[in-house]
Amino acid sequence: MTPFQYSRATSAAEAVQSAGLEAAKYLGGGTNLVDLMRETIERPAVLVDVTGLSANIDEREGGLLIGAAVRNTALAEHRVVRERYPVLARAILAGASAQIRNMATVGGNILQRTRCAYFYDDEGSRCNKRTPGQGCDALDGFNRMHAILGTSPACVATHPSDMCVALAALDATVHLEGRQGRRTLALTDLHRLPGDHPEIETVLEPGELITAVELPPLTMASTYRKVRDRASYAFALVSVAAALRVEDGAVKAVRLALGGVAHKPWRAWKAEAALKDGPVTAEAFRAAAEAELADAAPLRDNAFKIELAKRTMVSVLGELAGEAA
Amino acid sequence: MSIIVNGSATPLPPDPRVSLLDLLREHLKLTGTKKGCNQGACGACTVLLDGERVVSCLTLAVQAEGRAVTTVEGLAQSDKLHPLQQAFIDRDGFQCGYCTPGQICSAIGMAAELERGVPSHVTGDLTAGTIAASREELAERMSGNLCRCGAHNGIIDAIAATFISKEAAQPYRPDGPEMAA
Ligand SMILES: Cc1cc2nc3c(=O)[nH]c(=O)nc-3n(C[C@H](O)[C@H](O)[C@H](O)COP(=O)(O)OP(=O)(O)OC[C@H]3O[C@@H](n4cnc5c(N)ncnc54)[C@H](O)[C@@H]3O)c2cc1C
Ligand code: SF4
Ligand code: FES
Ligand code: FES
Repeated sequence: MTPFQYSRATSAAEAVQSAGLEAAKYLGGGTNLVDLMRETIERPAVLVDVTGLSANIDEREGGLLIGAAVRNTALAEHRVVRERYPVLARAILAGASAQIRNMATVGGNILQRTRCAYFYDDEGSRCNKRTPGQGCDALDGFNRMHAILGTSPACVATHPSDMCVALAALDATVHLEGRQGRRTLALTDLHRLPGDHPEIETVLEPGELITAVELPPLTMASTYRKVRDRASYAFALVSVAAALRVEDGAVKAVRLALGGVAHKPWRAWKAEAALKDGPVTAEAFRAAAEAELADAAPLRDNAFKIELAKRTMVSVLGELAGEAA
Repeated sequence: MSIIVNGSATPLPPDPRVSLLDLLREHLKLTGTKKGCNQGACGACTVLLDGERVVSCLTLAVQAEGRAVTTVEGLAQSDKLHPLQQAFIDRDGFQCGYCTPGQICSAIGMAAELERGVPSHVTGDLTAGTIAASREELAERMSGNLCRCGAHNGIIDAIAATFISKEAAQPYRPDGPEMAA
């Protein structure tokens, strides 16, 4: 690990100021950053611990305002989240282990980096995300876990977060504070597709701090389904966050997002458009899934993800339709 | 600038790179807590931080400043083992023992989570006030602690016997055809 200075911020303004000094990084639970620092893939000169900032969860205009320092366990066990946003509670509980969820913060979960094994293999592999312009060993390598949507010849990595897939489906907004002031952003606009610059993963300005995540009210049945290689404690092959409201036998409102398939949490806008006001049938669900995956581009080892994503979408929509009926 | 380890205040190391795990093992010689993967994946380094289970390999010691750490060394009361330690012995909760300190600290944190009503991935009704501690629940909640010897069934037996009930702790028998015969 490269040496660094450690400080603890007591306010967002102080955090932003401390992070402005030099190659600084914010520290949440450290479950991703400390790991990457030990591998010397991340080499911050300054670590600004932001776990002392807001860890409140407040009800606001029928929705929730969630402080960036809220731990993953605290969010999943919150009464309102369990009652009104089961998709979010279930997504968090499907991720990592209890120990890691006790440590991980909302801000850190959103900005966690890919688990691509070539990205981690600093000494043995080429990776455009780690060393821009170097090449990507995953393209022709073992890429069973990699992306099928929105990829580029520069990078085919996935974003590993489960929580973010739920946040994408929930129309969450992210509250930011930086040297230029405050702003809010839709979560679906925060992460970037890799394009020619996979090393740039978000639209955040240098030193910009996530202060909170806001959820609008949700008046639909919702859930999260994660498909993985073992029953627990594994990253997603494919996951689906979904919310559905049926009225008079038709889809009145629907939200869908996919995990494990792209460089960012993937909001399934095309499938949603295909479903809206349409019939509540397995055929309609399948057609919507086909529409979403029409542009999917398989790599050597991950073509199975295309059919898996479709079937998981159909199955989850069927489950919610059954609940809503 | 100190951490409370098993009740005693301990100064923080001057270098912020030192993990809580290395502070415990290398600086304080509390070698009960084990280093398996050093990447957050195996759970061998699990300790309780203010009563919550965390992996000490991904915790910087400075992050624990002013907080209370409990390791496996802090569980027994003089000569009397913690009931869960005794149950691990009585119910074959280990073979080589390498994962055991992490399993035990993790299970103590897990029992508190269950008591508080924290749901898990396999909890059916998220809004239910209390959660029935089925074997499935216990196994899911302990999935962050790997055991290379495969002592998982004994581990769950020991946890069930200590925190749930004697009946729940009946050794696991798969309903395979051989077993039914
Ligand atoms: C073994 C293992 C298994 C895992 N399995 C899963 C899984 O199945 N599903 C899943 O979703 N995740 C999984 N994870 C990942 C885990 O969810 C993340 O590591 C965690 O959510 C990161 O949160 P943190 O607070 O620890 O972030 P940190 O490690 O502290 O930080 C991560 C990044 O976010 C930045 N950051 C932190 N807070 C802020 C802020 N407020 N503003 C701006 N930047 C900030 C940091 O600078 C850093 O770049 C796993 C991790 C491990 C180690
Ligand atoms: S897929 Fe992306 S992260 Fe993985 S090796 Fe290629 S460039 Fe690096
Ligand atoms: S050593 Fe910490 S989780 Fe493996
Ligand atoms: S008893 Fe050997 S690893 Fe668990």
